[in-house]
Amino acid sequence: MMHSKSIVELGAGLQTGEFSSVELTRHFLQRIERLDKDLNALISTTPEQALAEAESADQAIKAGQAGPLTGIPIVQKDIFCTRGVKTSCGSKMLDNFISPYDATVVEKLKHAGVVSLGKANMDEFAMGSSNETSFYGPVHNPWDKGRVPGGSSGGSATAVAARLAVAATGTDTGGSIRQPAAFCGITGLKPTYGRISRFGMIAFASSLDQAGPMTRDAADAALMLQAMAGFDPKDSTCANQPVPDYSATLSDPLEGLKIGLPREYFGEGLDPAVAASVEAAIDHYKRLGAEVIDISLPNSGLAVPTYYVVAPAECSSNLSRFDGVRFGYRCQQPKDLEDLYKRSRGEGFGAEVKRRIMIGTYALSAGYYDAYYLKAQKTRHLISDDFKQAFKTVDVIMGPTTPTPAFGLGEKVNDPVTMYLNDIYTIATNLAGLPGVSIPVEPVNGLPVGLQIIGNYFTEAKLLNVAHRFQQETEWHRLTPELESVASD
Amino acid sequence: MQWETVIGLEVHTQLATKSKIFSGASIAYGADPNTQACIIDLGFPGVLPVLNEAVVDMALIFGLAINAEIGPRSVFARKNYFYPDLPKGYQISQFELPIVGKGSLTIDLEDGSQKVIGITRAHLEEDAGKSLHEDFHGMSGIDLNRTGTPLLEIVSEPDMRSIKEAVAYARKIHQLVVYLGICDGNMQEGSFRVDANLSIRPFGQDAFGTRTELKNLNSFRFMERALNFELERQIDLLEGGGKVVQETRLYDADRDETRSMRSKEEANDYRYFPDPDLLPVEINDQQLQRARQNMPELPDQKRQRFESDYSLSSADALMLTQSRHQADFFEKVVSSGGDAKMAANWVTVELTGALNKAGIALSQSPVTPEQVGGLLERIADNTLSGKLAKQVFEAMWNGEGDADKVIEAKGLKQITDSGQIETIIDEIIANNPKQVEQFRAGKDKLLGFFVGQVMKQTQGKANPGQVNKILLGKLKG
Repeated sequence: MMHSKSIVELGAGLQTGEFSSVELTRHFLQRIERLDKDLNALISTTPEQALAEAESADQAIKAGQAGPLTGIPIVQKDIFCTRGVKTSCGSKMLDNFISPYDATVVEKLKHAGVVSLGKANMDEFAMGSSNETSFYGPVHNPWDKGRVPGGSSGGSATAVAARLAVAATGTDTGGSIRQPAAFCGITGLKPTYGRISRFGMIAFASSLDQAGPMTRDAADAALMLQAMAGFDPKDSTCANQPVPDYSATLSDPLEGLKIGLPREYFGEGLDPAVAASVEAAIDHYKRLGAEVIDISLPNSGLAVPTYYVVAPAECSSNLSRFDGVRFGYRCQQPKDLEDLYKRSRGEGFGAEVKRRIMIGTYALSAGYYDAYYLKAQKTRHLISDDFKQAFKTVDVIMGPTTPTPAFGLGEKVNDPVTMYLNDIYTIATNLAGLPGVSIPVEPVNGLPVGLQIIGNYFTEAKLLNVAHRFQQETEWHRLTPELESVASD
Repeated sequence: MQWETVIGLEVHTQLATKSKIFSGASIAYGADPNTQACIIDLGFPGVLPVLNEAVVDMALIFGLAINAEIGPRSVFARKNYFYPDLPKGYQISQFELPIVGKGSLTIDLEDGSQKVIGITRAHLEEDAGKSLHEDFHGMSGIDLNRTGTPLLEIVSEPDMRSIKEAVAYARKIHQLVVYLGICDGNMQEGSFRVDANLSIRPFGQDAFGTRTELKNLNSFRFMERALNFELERQIDLLEGGGKVVQETRLYDADRDETRSMRSKEEANDYRYFPDPDLLPVEINDQQLQRARQNMPELPDQKRQRFESDYSLSSADALMLTQSRHQADFFEKVVSSGGDAKMAANWVTVELTGALNKAGIALSQSPVTPEQVGGLLERIADNTLSGKLAKQVFEAMWNGEGDADKVIEAKGLKQITDSGQIETIIDEIIANNPKQVEQFRAGKDKLLGFFVGQVMKQTQGKANPGQVNKILLGKLKG
């Protein structure tokens, strides 16, 4: 079964001529056609473009010019601008938007030879933790269709978990790669802020947004990150740092690795079954020669409130360009300029986006700026300093990615604060700009659970190495949800 | 009641870069609407700004020229408001940490005195586009070519106490930015725009009165007229028992009046915050060093040098250094052989007169500084009289070549041979006995008649000094 293979395995099959990229692409397109009605992981599919890309990939393979990603079918989160293809960001506001250009990430992956099957569903403008805020309807968790896949990269996570694509791109502002990766049982890496260009990635909160790969396992993540990372002169916040060979160090031994366990990540609110699963994984690392050290990140409690000032403040400004004037949704028959603005934005944005725009506008208003925005900048520093201290004594930090496994559709959507608390373990790394990866560990009641590994700045190679060593000895990342009663292939 | 006027100015200077402040699109003036706006200028989803480094160097040169405090770090901030010609819904500007801090500029007043005007700050920002309200049948057109054009906004302290001071300050800033080569100074095209804050208070009162902000002052003449109108309006209001309302007022040049645009209550809360898409601008010593090296001689320095090096009067030096181009022209005239005083006179009077008459700028002058220098040499060596020189100049203006070529071609060489002049004078005296008699009887005015006769005979080429001397000698003798 081609769809159950990883990038590394498929690459070998393509090279030896076991199958072609066109065959592989057709196979995945058929799976999408058959399975996605129930999952809703994709907003749009681009079969013609995909097959054309697959054909040129096959030619490249024949010509001996293939790289590790040549001919591999993936999906792009619909937050990345793709030339000539609808780029909706999960919003009615951009339902009619055909991007005139490719995001840098898209360009780089095209250059690496991937085949793009389509655009993945997501929370509207990446604002959400359950994929229920999408204009295109919620995505269903492939492990239990009554549950959410997580968000905002819920479509990407579901596509990879349900084997609708080999890999996907995601973006992570407060956990939007890692949390859905945990809920769907896949590997999701949020790199260091600035590791991957943000150009062409529709901005939610510019100082927190970071793109990353969502894959079956760490080895695949290394290949995807290799293609996505690197300096981009079009993004002033993109780091001009050398990109190491992420695959080269995957199997390095872990003897002497110092793992920090922040007590704040194992306290109240954590589902005991999730805790047990995560602790079992950490025990496995001990067997691999790692040393476990109890640490404290004392300002962890400030992360969620800080985030919900910084992110809305930035989004309130970032989303001002959606005004009905130049592109996107415009209301019918505006009677004057103010009516055009009010109705285009009022009708084009969904409830969660409007909520955050209002919170952010308030936080930046005259008389409130110091109490909210400025204070949040200060607490953001405190949070970063916690990590700085911790990384003086440990190499990586481990803990659960989320407090619980995937929750039910509709369960939290009307209770924003409870929803926001789902990102309690992931948000701090965005505020500090650190890299983090979520990998599947032992499921709880048939639902995936994620172990989060946080590293120091630009230590993605180390994170992937730590993740890969675990995956070499465990099978959790190979578990596949049962989607068809009769296997048709 | 005696009122004191208080004025502060905000000057927007368009920086003379090739491309925009955050994108690679051209900023050339006059292109068809929306042909010079790329996806970054249009604020498309996902695009990001990248700073054009050239604007930093320009701002630094300005900062050094006004002796400003320049911090090690400046930050771009977003100024949020909705308007159709503002594509992103925010303008990238600077708020808390501008690139240029406190500085000052000395202005020259008509009575010959000087005054120091404080400059609060100067910050970098992007320009907005243009809304076109005509020709769209009840709708508005948007032209985003100007979007993202780099501006340096120079904010003064409320240090000016008269409209004359305000105009002098605006002119001085204009002169300075053009000198520095950071702005083309073209006010018609909007490269140099002034907003004025004006208030009045009774003489002797410390507290400022309520101010109004005047916009759309796109020439120094309009600025003066608008300020005059506004000053009268405020005085009338206060003397009539009314109050000045803090508001923004637009100057209408056609009607010569200001009218309310928006009040303080209608003003936006701009919700400034640091732009997370741009890194802070770090200024290091190397950059400052480079800016210092690139700094041209400033108008005041040049003026002092002209006075000392060329022994020019302070009035001449001031006049010549009004523009860098004119000062450079003058120095080229001198270096190609012209006497400095004569050169000053020829540049500021003859050449400027001819340019004004033709309605062209100095840069379009058909006569080169080298040609003027050559002409002055011929005056100095007595080849040409002042009168002949003007004829030669006219010929050079018409493209007939250098002074020597014109003199040769037209035979305009001055007659300085005393013998030749004497012969002509003898002949004239012999032919006009009656006039000679009258002159000798005391009718001195007739000297002019004899000079005229000589000049007529020589087509004006006889050296006037020699003619006078010889004539007097012969007539009186």
